Amino acid sequence: MYNQSLDKGPLKDDGRDQDEDRRIEFEHNVLAGYTVEPKDWMPEGYRKTLIRQMSQHAHSEVIGMLPEGDWILRAPTLKRKAILLAKVQDEGGHGLYLYSATETLGVSRDLLYEDLLHGRAKYSSIFNYPTLSWADVGVIGWLVDGAAIMNQIPLTQCSYGPYARAMVRICKEESFHQRQGFELLNEMMNGSEKQKEMVQNSVNRWWWPTVMMFGPEDKDSVHSKESRTWGIKRVTNDELRQNFIDVTVPQAEILGVDLPDPDIRWNEERGHYDFGEVDWTEFWRVVSGHGPCNRDRIEAKRKAWEEGVWVREAIMAHALNEKVVDRHG
Amino acid sequence: MGNDSSNKEVEIPLYEVFIRSANGLEHRHVGSLHAADAEMAIMNARDVYVRRNEGVSIWVVPSACITASDPSSKEMLFGPSRDKIYRHPTFYNLPEGVRNI
Amino acid sequence: MTIAREETYDAHLLSFVLRLADSALIASQRMAEWCGVAPMLEEDIALSNVALDLLGQSRHLFTYASDLEGGSRSEDDFAFLRDPHEYLNYIIAELPNGDFAQSCTKSFLFSSFAKTVWSSLLDANDSRLRDIAAKSLKETNYHVEHFSSWFIRLGDGTDTSRQKILEGLDYVWPYTNEFFDDDSILISLEGVLKMKTNTLWTKWIEGVTNVFASARIDLPSTPDFICSGKYGIHSEHLGHILAEMQYLQRAYPGGRW
Repeated sequence: MYNQSLDKGPLKDDGRDQDEDRRIEFEHNVLAGYTVEPKDWMPEGYRKTLIRQMSQHAHSEVIGMLPEGDWILRAPTLKRKAILLAKVQDEGGHGLYLYSATETLGVSRDLLYEDLLHGRAKYSSIFNYPTLSWADVGVIGWLVDGAAIMNQIPLTQCSYGPYARAMVRICKEESFHQRQGFELLNEMMNGSEKQKEMVQNSVNRWWWPTVMMFGPEDKDSVHSKESRTWGIKRVTNDELRQNFIDVTVPQAEILGVDLPDPDIRWNEERGHYDFGEVDWTEFWRVVSGHGPCNRDRIEAKRKAWEEGVWVREAIMAHALNEKVVDRHG
Repeated sequence: MGNDSSNKEVEIPLYEVFIRSANGLEHRHVGSLHAADAEMAIMNARDVYVRRNEGVSIWVVPSACITASDPSSKEMLFGPSRDKIYRHPTFYNLPEGVRNI
Repeated sequence: MTIAREETYDAHLLSFVLRLADSALIASQRMAEWCGVAPMLEEDIALSNVALDLLGQSRHLFTYASDLEGGSRSEDDFAFLRDPHEYLNYIIAELPNGDFAQSCTKSFLFSSFAKTVWSSLLDANDSRLRDIAAKSLKETNYHVEHFSSWFIRLGDGTDTSRQKILEGLDYVWPYTNEFFDDDSILISLEGVLKMKTNTLWTKWIEGVTNVFASARIDLPSTPDFICSGKYGIHSEHLGHILAEMQYLQRAYPGGRW
């Protein structure tokens, strides 16, 4: 439907590249708040940036099904089982919306997915950490989804129509994800000592990886400036990270857990919480494929994909059989 | 019956999905999904796009069957209607006191 | 010891309600194993929907079971604190998923049976069961539609998929015997449930036969297999399912979740 013309524009009489004029007009329009739609002309860099960012986002959703999905079978009550199942299902749905939006840029889902399975595509570093206890399900809801929502809300205003629309739908559906996490933890914090320990242990493991979720500091972020000019990303990594910490610290106090950062304290002058130095070495190791679960995650998805080959072949063959029957029968 | 001779997997086609959220409203485009045929596309649409009671009717259309207008023809297609202001009721002045018109 | 007539009646009804509740819960647990690893993303979402429907059905039934007992056990007590021999589900629900073909075959046969049960219960002399049946029937109709369409697609797909469907069928089919063999509970509850195994069988086989025809697969002969999950004697698989499912409740008794 949305095939993108990749032909280069013709040169004008004065020898100037017509694309350059179009690019200036494009950036002007985006700055003025115009929404870009699939068939509109767009700079190749814009298209590529979108494909990269949107498919990474989609991959994160489908990979994100695994760590929590691992606890569906062990959920401690039927209510929690239903909530978790619905949540993990939502993540699959969100992956699907995002792949669908990315496909409007003229790439196929299968190709994007192959990149993921062959380790050529990235996804959120957070899902390469293991879920080791039931409290992790709550902490993922509270911290990880809390961070994700913070990242995602500005994207509902992004300049590319299909991405923005997918994000509106996703943000609406995700609104229960963080709340269920906090509620779950709060329940456990009112339980036995063992349960409280379980929650604290989980917070200790997930805090720093969550803080890293917003990506490298602005000074080290390669794509930040372009993404801003093009209206793809309107708030910077550091701004988002600071917002996240500002809203989360008081929540931790209510919950009664300690955040494992001794440098967290209110800074009256800045009007923000100060926090400690992120271990960026760890971040880059995880991003480069050396996190505790990178290999397991990809392997689980690769195995499922390969075991599904005969199924996908069969349904295409069946659709063809039916067509033949329609025509002749 | 088909055979298994294909080396490269064929991609499952893309369908565009339209949902009517309630009777009295038109179907609206909500996104797309993959399905081997229309029947499967309807089922998948039900699971993917109406998980929260969002609709009462579903249309699916193979994405390949949609022809879209070319944005570079925007001026030609949509420009000319802009100055036909006599098509809008506000173009006409009526004397004070005229009612029901 | 003589048991009062009333009490026998309640015990049987409780067993019947738990049979339905346990079957739905264990089928849901198995279905949830597919979450995240189905053959295509659309199917991940579809199977989670089915798992959620089944889980919802089991919760309604456990709530009814709890009321029948006078409220001494909660839905979670039923689910997490009973041992395998106290579970009364049909064995077919606890069978391993195997590959996608086996899973679809199992779910097609099981949901077709559930459909006949819910339809029949619409006429039961028990308003709670009628209400649960009416709600569950809508969901189950969709499950039947979903899995029969997979059964047909794979049966009439490629040589490989057909072979896998046949193998799955071979494994699963004998367990359908349990739906229709001797059932003292149904007999004793006939006045309430108005349900007879031979009527269930007639309806079930009619629906199933049509789907087999569309998939161009011959209906296997009636099995002679012994299985009696509905009386608490299970396959070896159930113990493992419960060990996983009940782990937190067993390891941290009285915890708050």
